[in-house]
Amino acid sequence: MEPAIIDIQHLKKSFGPNHVLADLSLKVNKGENLAILGKSGTGKSVLIKCIVRLLDPDEGSITVFGKNMEELGEGELNEIRKKMGFLFQSAALYDSLTVRENLEFPLRTLPKITEEEMNKRVEEALQNVDLAAAIDKMPSELSGGMRKRVGLARSLILKPEIMFYDEPTTGLDPITSRGISHLIVAVRKKYNTSSIIITHDIECARITSDRVIVLDKGKCIAEGTIDEVSKSDNNEVKAFFQ
Amino acid sequence: MLCLMGNLVFKYHKQVLFNPMIDNNEAVIVKKESLIKRYLVGMSKLTVFFVHFFKEVFKPPYEFKEFMKQSYRIGNQSFLLVATTAFIMGLVLTIQSRPALVQFGAQSWLPAMVAVSIVREIGPVITALICAGKVGSGIGAELASMKVTEQIDSMEVSGINPFKYVVVTRILSATLMLPLLVVFADTVALFGSYFGVNLKDTVSFQLFFIEVFQKLDFSDVFPAFIKTFFFGFSIGLVSCYMGYNADNGTEGVGKAANSAVVFGSLMVFVVDMVAVQITNLFST
Ligand SMILES: Nc1ncnc2c1ncn2[C@@H]1O[C@H](COP(=O)(O)OP(=O)(O)OP(=O)(O)O)[C@@H](O)[C@H]1O
Ligand SMILES: [Mg+2]
Repeated sequence: MEPAIIDIQHLKKSFGPNHVLADLSLKVNKGENLAILGKSGTGKSVLIKCIVRLLDPDEGSITVFGKNMEELGEGELNEIRKKMGFLFQSAALYDSLTVRENLEFPLRTLPKITEEEMNKRVEEALQNVDLAAAIDKMPSELSGGMRKRVGLARSLILKPEIMFYDEPTTGLDPITSRGISHLIVAVRKKYNTSSIIITHDIECARITSDRVIVLDKGKCIAEGTIDEVSKSDNNEVKAFFQ
Repeated sequence: MLCLMGNLVFKYHKQVLFNPMIDNNEAVIVKKESLIKRYLVGMSKLTVFFVHFFKEVFKPPYEFKEFMKQSYRIGNQSFLLVATTAFIMGLVLTIQSRPALVQFGAQSWLPAMVAVSIVREIGPVITALICAGKVGSGIGAELASMKVTEQIDSMEVSGINPFKYVVVTRILSATLMLPLLVVFADTVALFGSYFGVNLKDTVSFQLFFIEVFQKLDFSDVFPAFIKTFFFGFSIGLVSCYMGYNADNGTEGVGKAANSAVVFGSLMVFVVDMVAVQITNLFST
């Protein structure tokens, strides 16, 4: 079997007395969609921020593309980061830039890209999330759900090999949610992307994921396909599926 | 008067200065430590920030477009305010100085005297203070909200150095725009002064400016101009620092804007004091 594309071993992270992640290990294989479920405040966002090195873990190792993330220099780290897409929980659009400029922003890191190619990519990315009409708006003129979709388009624009989705469907209506879930599946099919999807939305997890893990208090309390996990005896896990 | 102002600034400063300098996870520990220690921690962090700036500023790629955009914003934001204040300062200074000169029968010195005080001190300091308020609070709040809403993190994960893109460009713009604004302010203030002179006496426009430029020395203009770069730099540095290190949450944004203004203004006075000492050293 191919080695895992993301391999996390015994990860620990605390903020002062607040132990957020306690000895967490997990693997993501190439082309796999892993969904992470868990109550609010259990450290899901912290986990993916540790993977991309926005936060430094206290203990444990994180290997991505076979490289230990902690040993990378700035240049290497940026190279790896260009192969990753990150959808923030808050969408994190740049307030001072229009939607078009927001989407163009990650493209600046590409060494040679023509204006034409750039426009084409931006338009295509916006069409994917059904927002072609919003191209010249400012983020402040968009609704919460629209922002999230623009954020999604932006994180996908570099055609990343690994995607991190932090609650991609939260705050969206059921129809758009389903659309986003199917988009995540389509992205995986098209580019063979591996993803970690953080969600509270069972339907989203059901559509998108090959495997699910449930986090509680910084530990993994259940793992398997969504059907397996939904039959778990653990009360915390059961509570999710009711 | 100055003493009172200093006291007030210090009180403010005590309240707000330290807050953004503490990381969340240190907050509990740091709270118990003495004021002086916190002050020193803050200063050392600011120094690290300062060094970081110099490390990044020469490294390509240069964010020229963003630099131009920020410069335009700084100029555009403050020039009306600067113009209004400068005009009033020139006018008022002239009206206030006149009686003293009249006593000695020296009112013909009025244009020159006012020009020297404007160019040497009032123009640069007033403009810098206005910019510390207008530009400093803007930068502080903007960076803090970028931090809080994860925009800075988002740049970082797309492989773009946020320090370079956000901080370096803003500090450079502030450093280069402040001198331009000061030249503009000095000019407007001299017009104000011309207006003030003509309220009581009649002096032709030409005569007024001949008078001004005859009495203005290189040693009046040059040091005053140089120090404005440092004013701009310190305003940019401090406000970026406050914004970039803001606490999470919307409260952090307000605090960052507030301390950017307070500490930025304080820095203007400190730089001014140092500049005067250095100028004196060279002129004797
Ligand atoms: N920068 C930080 N400084 C201090 N504490 C933090 C920081 N980031 C997160 N935490 C703490 O870590 C814990 C986990 O936060 P995290 O954002 O990972 O939760 P989450 O599982 O994503 O929850 P949600 O579903 O609500 O997004 C929280 O208790 C939070 O207070
Ligand atoms: Mg979260």
